[in-house]
Amino acid sequence: MQCEICKARTATVHLTEIIDGQRTESHLCQNCAQKEGVTIKNQLSLNELLSSLIAAHQQTDENSGSEKSRKACPECGITMEQFRKQALLGCPKDYDVFESDLREIIEKTQDNNSTHKGKVPVQTHISPTSKHEEQSKMEDLKKQLSEAVEKEDYELAAKIRDQLKKTQ
Amino acid sequence: MRLTDLSSKTSRWFDPAAPLSDIVISSRIRLARNLAGHRFTCRCDDEEKKNILQTLRETILSLSQPGDISFIDIAVGSNLERDFLIERQLISRNLAASKGPRGVVIAENELFAAQINEEDHLRLSVLAAGLNADKCWQRINSIDDEISEKIEYAFSPRYGFLTACPTNVGTGIRVSVMLHLPALKLTDQLKKLFDSAKDMNLTVRGLFGEGTEAVGDFFQLSNQVTLGVREEKIVEDFQALIIPKIVEYERIARDRLLVKDANILDDKIARAFAVLKNARLISSHEAMFLLSNLRMGINMGRIKEIPIETINELFMLTQPAHLQINKGQLLNAEQRDILRAETIRAKLN
Ligand SMILES: [Zn+2]
Ligand SMILES: [Zn+2]
Repeated sequence: MQCEICKARTATVHLTEIIDGQRTESHLCQNCAQKEGVTIKNQLSLNELLSSLIAAHQQTDENSGSEKSRKACPECGITMEQFRKQALLGCPKDYDVFESDLREIIEKTQDNNSTHKGKVPVQTHISPTSKHEEQSKMEDLKKQLSEAVEKEDYELAAKIRDQLKKTQ
Repeated sequence: MRLTDLSSKTSRWFDPAAPLSDIVISSRIRLARNLAGHRFTCRCDDEEKKNILQTLRETILSLSQPGDISFIDIAVGSNLERDFLIERQLISRNLAASKGPRGVVIAENELFAAQINEEDHLRLSVLAAGLNADKCWQRINSIDDEISEKIEYAFSPRYGFLTACPTNVGTGIRVSVMLHLPALKLTDQLKKLFDSAKDMNLTVRGLFGEGTEAVGDFFQLSNQVTLGVREEKIVEDFQALIIPKIVEYERIARDRLLVKDANILDDKIARAFAVLKNARLISSHEAMFLLSNLRMGINMGRIKEIPIETINELFMLTQPAHLQINKGQLLNAEQRDILRAETIRAKLN
C-alpha cells in the first residue's frame, strides 16, 4: 500500500480513528507519519509533573490530621475502603500513602515477597540496579529498626543499627 | 489495517512448525506498565485518558518495529470489531468493555500488541507459537527498554513497576502458555495436574470458553506471583521445567490410550470427524469440542487425510465475530450456526 501523503513510499503506519465525528482510515509511510506528528516523540512535561507533585504536597499537609481508615490519597482521592471494594488503586502514589495497609495484602498475594527483584526502567538506570537494591534494603532495615525500638528490643535495635551503618 | 485483511487468515500463533506445537499452542508474555505522574486508568477522566493515549500511541508507533504497525481506536469501533479483536487475542474483554479513550497498537504480524488505557495505562504483549517463552521475553524486554528510554514509567525501588492492581506489581509480568490436553482430560488426570499447578502458584484457565469452563480441552497456564522473582526466573521455569513436564504427562497419557483404549479413542475421533463433515447446524461450543478431538486424532496419527493447519485455521474461522466479518454482515445465532457448519464442511470434504 502506498503512502497517502507522498504517494511514493510504502505505507507502514495504519490508523483507524474518528476525526470530526467521521470514521477515517489513513495509511502513511514512517516519514510522513513523523511529519504529521503521528509518531513524534512525546516526553511527559516536567512542569506538569512538578506542579502535580507540589499540589500533592500541600494537600498532604492539610490532610495529616484525618482519621486513618478514612485517609484519602492526596493525588487521586482514593481511600482504603474504596480500594478494598474495587481491588484497584487510584495512582502510583497509593503504594506510599497506604504502605502499611497494602504491605500485608501484597505479601499475601505475592507468596510472601515484599521487594522487587528484576528489571529497572532504562530512565532510572542512571542509578544502577545494585543501588536500588541497596536503597530498598536500607528502607527495610530502617523499618525493622523502628519496630525494634517500639517493642523496646534494644539489643535487636543495636544490631540493626550496626547493619545500617555498614550499608551506608 | 482493515480487519478483513486479517479475518481470512489464521493467527500466527497457530504454527505447526513451532516447538512442541502438537501440545503447546502458544506462549505469551504480557508486561503491565503505567506512566509516572498520572492516575491509574480507573481514576482518570476522559481528558487524562486522552493525554495518556496520545503519549503512548506516539511512543509506540515510533518504535523500531520491523514491518507494518497499526493503531486501532477501540472507542470508535463497533461491538463486532471489538469481538473480532478479542477472538484473535489482540485485546482483552476488559479493554473492549471499558469506556473512554483507549486503543491498541498491533505489529509484527499480530505477534505484538500494546493495549492502551486498559486496567493499566499500557499492557504490552508478545506472542509466539509453540513453547517459546524465552523468545517472547527477549522481544518484549527490548521493546520495553526502548519505551522506557522515551517515557517515564511509574516505578519504585521497593515495589518495582507500580500497577493499578497490587497482584501485578513488581515485574508486571504475566507468562501464559496455551496447552491442548485432550488425553489428560480423557484419562481424568486434569484435576491432579491443576492441583499441583495451584501449589506452584500458577493459574489455570479454560480457553475459548466463557469464564473458567474449558471448551475443547484448551487450557492456559500463567504465573500468579509478580513480585520478588526475576523475570528470567519466571520465564525459565515455564520454558524448561513446568511446560516440558506437562507435555511429558500428556504424551504418556496419549501413549497409554493407544495401548489400552485404542477403540474408545478411535471412536471419539471418528465420530467427531463424521459430525464435522456432515453437520448442517453447529454451535461454536460443539465445533470447538469436536475440532479438539479431531486435532488430537491428527496429532496422534489416527487421521492422515487432513493437515493439522486446516484444523488450526478452523478454530479461528468458526468463532462468531470471524464468521460475520468474513461474511461482511451481522448474523443471528442460527445464521451463524449454518455458516459455521458450511465453513467446516468446505474445509474437511
Ligand atoms: Zn509518505
Ligand atoms: Zn492515589
